[in-house]
Amino acid sequence: MTEQILQPIQVNKKGYYGEFGGAFVPEMLQPNVEELRDHYESIIADPGFQATFQRLLKDYVGRPSPLYFAERLSRHYGAQIYLKREDLNHTGAHKINNTIGQILIAQRLGKKRIIAETGAGQHGVATATVCALMNMECVVYMGAVDIKRQAPNVARMKMLGAEVRPATSGSQTLKDATNEAIRDWINNPENTHYIIGSVVGPHPYPEMVARFQAVISEEMKVQLLEQTGSSNPNIIIACVGGGSNAAGAYYHYLNEPAVRLVAVEAAGQGIHSGHSAATSVLGTKGIIHGSRTLLMQTPDGQIVEPYSISAGLDYPGIGPLHAHLISTGRAEAISITDDEALKAAYFLTRQEGIIPALETAHAFAALDVLAFQPNDVIVVNLSGRGDKDLETYIGHFERFGT
Amino acid sequence: MQPNRIVQVIQQKQRNLLNVYFTAGYPALNDTETIILSLEKAGVDLVEVGMPYSDPLADGPTIQQSGQQAIQNGMTLPLLFEQIQSLRRHSSIPLMLMGYYNQVMQYGEAAFIKRCTQVGIDGLILPDLPLDEYETGLKPLVEAANLAIAFLITPQTPLERIHRVDALSQGFIYMVSSASITGTQAGLSESQLAYFEKINALNLKTPRLIGFGIHNRETFATACQYAQGAIVGSAYIRTLEQAADIETATQDFISGLRL
Repeated sequence: MTEQILQPIQVNKKGYYGEFGGAFVPEMLQPNVEELRDHYESIIADPGFQATFQRLLKDYVGRPSPLYFAERLSRHYGAQIYLKREDLNHTGAHKINNTIGQILIAQRLGKKRIIAETGAGQHGVATATVCALMNMECVVYMGAVDIKRQAPNVARMKMLGAEVRPATSGSQTLKDATNEAIRDWINNPENTHYIIGSVVGPHPYPEMVARFQAVISEEMKVQLLEQTGSSNPNIIIACVGGGSNAAGAYYHYLNEPAVRLVAVEAAGQGIHSGHSAATSVLGTKGIIHGSRTLLMQTPDGQIVEPYSISAGLDYPGIGPLHAHLISTGRAEAISITDDEALKAAYFLTRQEGIIPALETAHAFAALDVLAFQPNDVIVVNLSGRGDKDLETYIGHFERFGT
Repeated sequence: MQPNRIVQVIQQKQRNLLNVYFTAGYPALNDTETIILSLEKAGVDLVEVGMPYSDPLADGPTIQQSGQQAIQNGMTLPLLFEQIQSLRRHSSIPLMLMGYYNQVMQYGEAAFIKRCTQVGIDGLILPDLPLDEYETGLKPLVEAANLAIAFLITPQTPLERIHRVDALSQGFIYMVSSASITGTQAGLSESQLAYFEKINALNLKTPRLIGFGIHNRETFATACQYAQGAIVGSAYIRTLEQAADIETATQDFISGLRL
């Protein structure tokens, strides 16, 4: 156990977790970012905010999400496996925990217009949903490639009244959608709030989003105590693109070193295939979307186009909290290929009757990689449901479904 | 130590300074020398050499696309430094490098500054490097190398930070004309002029050049009324995009801007 781990893990005033974080944004964005930084903590602490936030989480999102003991999976892997059912939230993923929180902040900052980026479309749908609820204008940037592979979510956003704008630069995926959203915010500095969907971006976004997602681990503590007699599991497993569901699942356990934190990244077609998004292995220290973190880049500092079958994990960086956790050894990273994820998705579906999102399927594939003791309590964060991925799943039915 | 060329030219001319941006490696990989020599010949006072970047957050579509093309053409920082070193045998025009902080970080801060001085770079613009990070990082290296460095202010920048930018900038302050990314083609509005006047009245110690949206004789002339000069970027990239001959196109473009 190193000294570093014994220090409490928390963000400092400048937005750093250890050496990762900060706010590397052009002057055009500074006033927006500072307005948020100076107000988000007092807004979150306000009893009126909390009352509305908690009511919406309960009655609108459907929280607490169940913690489900997966009996057949447990028997198969020889451990006590629990699933945190974020897939049962309204809109079908954990993303809505954050969008509810941020739209309430946007209202209190007097903003009239909301922008967002989305990869798989889950965050876009969650943003379009809260915009409909609060009667706010909504523009969602989405990579042109992702618009094609996540058509159901594009249709949902449209029905919810959002405008989906294709990002056509770079690899036309999540990174490029994020660039376009940031540029929109530069051009609309006063009336617009940018709802970032993950624990990425300039400070205070990583910490703010982590705090909204922290409801996941807050509930886990209570539910585990009820069901197992201890509020701490042995291992928590979550997939990581930017890392918001993982940050939420880890948050209340960050300073409990006995709880192993496993971050599952997308290896794409293989870590060294040239078609991967395994940032903790392939990444080096640098700056992406305003944050000092680990990212995939050339020696010249050009950001590399990532690849994953899963649009939500197809991102060349990870949030600064995760860069810190992984580089200090507090969390361990595992990389899972497209095929392993597809296989795990079919396996979970046939064992437990739950079709997971492709992103989430990566977390389940990690169960094949880890070794367990029979009494180990494992929580897999089931971050989203797989409806949006049916076309991809059915396209691989012959290989994995028969 | 020799006086910095950027500081010098601004002190000497005081007014109507023209700073032109182009993306290194665009339209073709080895156009850098031709472009800079053409700009010098056309009477430009300062040249801003863009280090092409995969994710240029402050830049609009024109500069983004030129950067993507330049990267595809094979432009890298080591090559750009070589090109500038070679150019310096024929040219003494003040040169700045404009790019993103990640590029400097990957090259290595100390190595980057050292190479800048070796090849004859006079100053830097790194729009995503915040003042705090500059003060705790790059500042002593920049000062020891006698490089200029321009920080940005916008219509939304609070007074307190304007004064910090004034204190930290060497050479000039990069005054962003509006809340926007680069490449806007509209004229300058009443509210922009009010902002220019407000900044003028502050009597800052550092000269100012106005950039973003400066693209023709009219916008250049207006900017020069309120500041020591102006910066043109996207409009010149669009010119280069269509240029049959870089030298002629540059000559025509600059004489179309000049007063």
